[in-house]
Amino acid sequence: MPKPPVYKRFFDSVLISVIIYAIIVGLIAYGAYVGAQGMGYNWQWYRVPQFLYRNTEIGFEWGEIPIGLVATIKLSVTAFLLATFIGLLVALLRLSGLVIGSAVAVGYLELIRNIPLLVLLYLFYYVLGPIFGFDRYLASILTLAVFHSALISEILRAGINAIPTGQWEASKSIGMTSYQTYRYIILPQSVRFMLPPMTGEIVHLIKSSAIVSVIAVAELTTFGRNIISDTYMSFEIWFTIALVYLVVTLILSIGVSHLEKKYAVDQ
Amino acid sequence: MNQATPMIEVTNLDKYYDSFHALKGIDLTVHQGEKVVICGPSGSGKSTLIRCFNGLEWHNSGRLVIDGIEVYDGAKDIRELRQEVGMVFQQFNLFPHLTVLENLMIGPMKVRKIPRAQAEETARNYLERVHIPEQADKYPAQLSGGQQQRVAIARSLCMETRIMLFDEPTSALDPEMINEVLDVMVELAGTGMTMVVVTHEMGFARKVADTMVFMEAGRIVEISPPEQFFTNPSSERCRLFLDQILAH
Repeated sequence: MPKPPVYKRFFDSVLISVIIYAIIVGLIAYGAYVGAQGMGYNWQWYRVPQFLYRNTEIGFEWGEIPIGLVATIKLSVTAFLLATFIGLLVALLRLSGLVIGSAVAVGYLELIRNIPLLVLLYLFYYVLGPIFGFDRYLASILTLAVFHSALISEILRAGINAIPTGQWEASKSIGMTSYQTYRYIILPQSVRFMLPPMTGEIVHLIKSSAIVSVIAVAELTTFGRNIISDTYMSFEIWFTIALVYLVVTLILSIGVSHLEKKYAVDQ
Repeated sequence: MNQATPMIEVTNLDKYYDSFHALKGIDLTVHQGEKVVICGPSGSGKSTLIRCFNGLEWHNSGRLVIDGIEVYDGAKDIRELRQEVGMVFQQFNLFPHLTVLENLMIGPMKVRKIPRAQAEETARNYLERVHIPEQADKYPAQLSGGQQQRVAIARSLCMETRIMLFDEPTSALDPEMINEVLDVMVELAGTGMTMVVVTHEMGFARKVADTMVFMEAGRIVEISPPEQFFTNPSSERCRLFLDQILAH
């Protein structure tokens, strides 16, 4: 087999790749640093750890950032579960074969997909909130759940459609109801098709949950804003907050890719 | 054979796929315990016909009565009917996420609400009948095609069906596995089960068929007992077809 050309082997080698990558990242960081210097920014990284944890006279306590992170995770998980439930209903409605069912589902999808997330949040908080009497926290959960249910329903529908029709026919021919077929035959097999895009969707949801900071729901981004308004350390805090989101979503992605491998082996 | 009890009665049945006329004026009666083999060129409507027998396809006009239950789109007792009528598919259609034993138990447990222990006993019993009791805990993907098809037959039998439909059960199999499936079907025929088999395995047909049916272009061209069917078919088209598939 002919060897690839020299320049290709050079750029593909691990050491050179790492060096080039480090140089690119270093240049970006240096650019940011120089830019900040240029505008006379006063870096105060030493003040950041107190927002992670504190050792006071009454003992150890968590700072605002981890507390905000826990709130973000709670908010995201609740919204995700609700979004999955709504998404499943919409997907089943669309797959029901009833004209009215799929009309309702498509109408819902088009409506949700064509409203910006921020506007949807305002609708829930300023319009539906007063009407139905729910607070900002519930309004946030509903907004995120409804917004993401549209994409999730498409993921679930694709996963269900990926199962060969023979599985439906075999289930029917032993007398199963549609519900039994979904529950015991179709959904258990769809999971492995749904897992990768659903991970993407929960990562997406965690990130878009930051938007509820505009109605001052207590979560990571809101806490970031609060800290900055007290300390004026916008660079340090936004870098830290971004890093926290990055770490959480990366852990999630890695965890699920392990799960996927396990499923792949089982099948 | 008890000629007095018809299990399947088809009267002037028509079926369309949009404008395509798939079944044209089908008349057929299958009695209890009778073995009917349906053959014919591909696209002649054989599979469509037997898929109508358990409501996987709906006919557009005519009358279809199975074991005393009238079959039509929207029939309330269609699920009861399907429990009486087993179906074996060309592509096996086993449930890949369940073990062999679970494949056999899920119908009895979930549909017939039979307790687990009893369902498992029945399942092991039928696995014995299809000669693969040792494969109970494997997944379908770990079995050969012939073994998978025998599991599929056992899965239908576990529902204690009164009629078995076979839709080209050996067409997707490697040649060396065809006989193990046919042997099981011959044994099943010996138990007095009512069977309707779509197949081109004429050796099998000679051995078990009470009635041969030849279809072409959505019509039944010939219905006759096998002695006459194989030696002296009344239609020229059927003779040609037999010449082609029996040439080798």
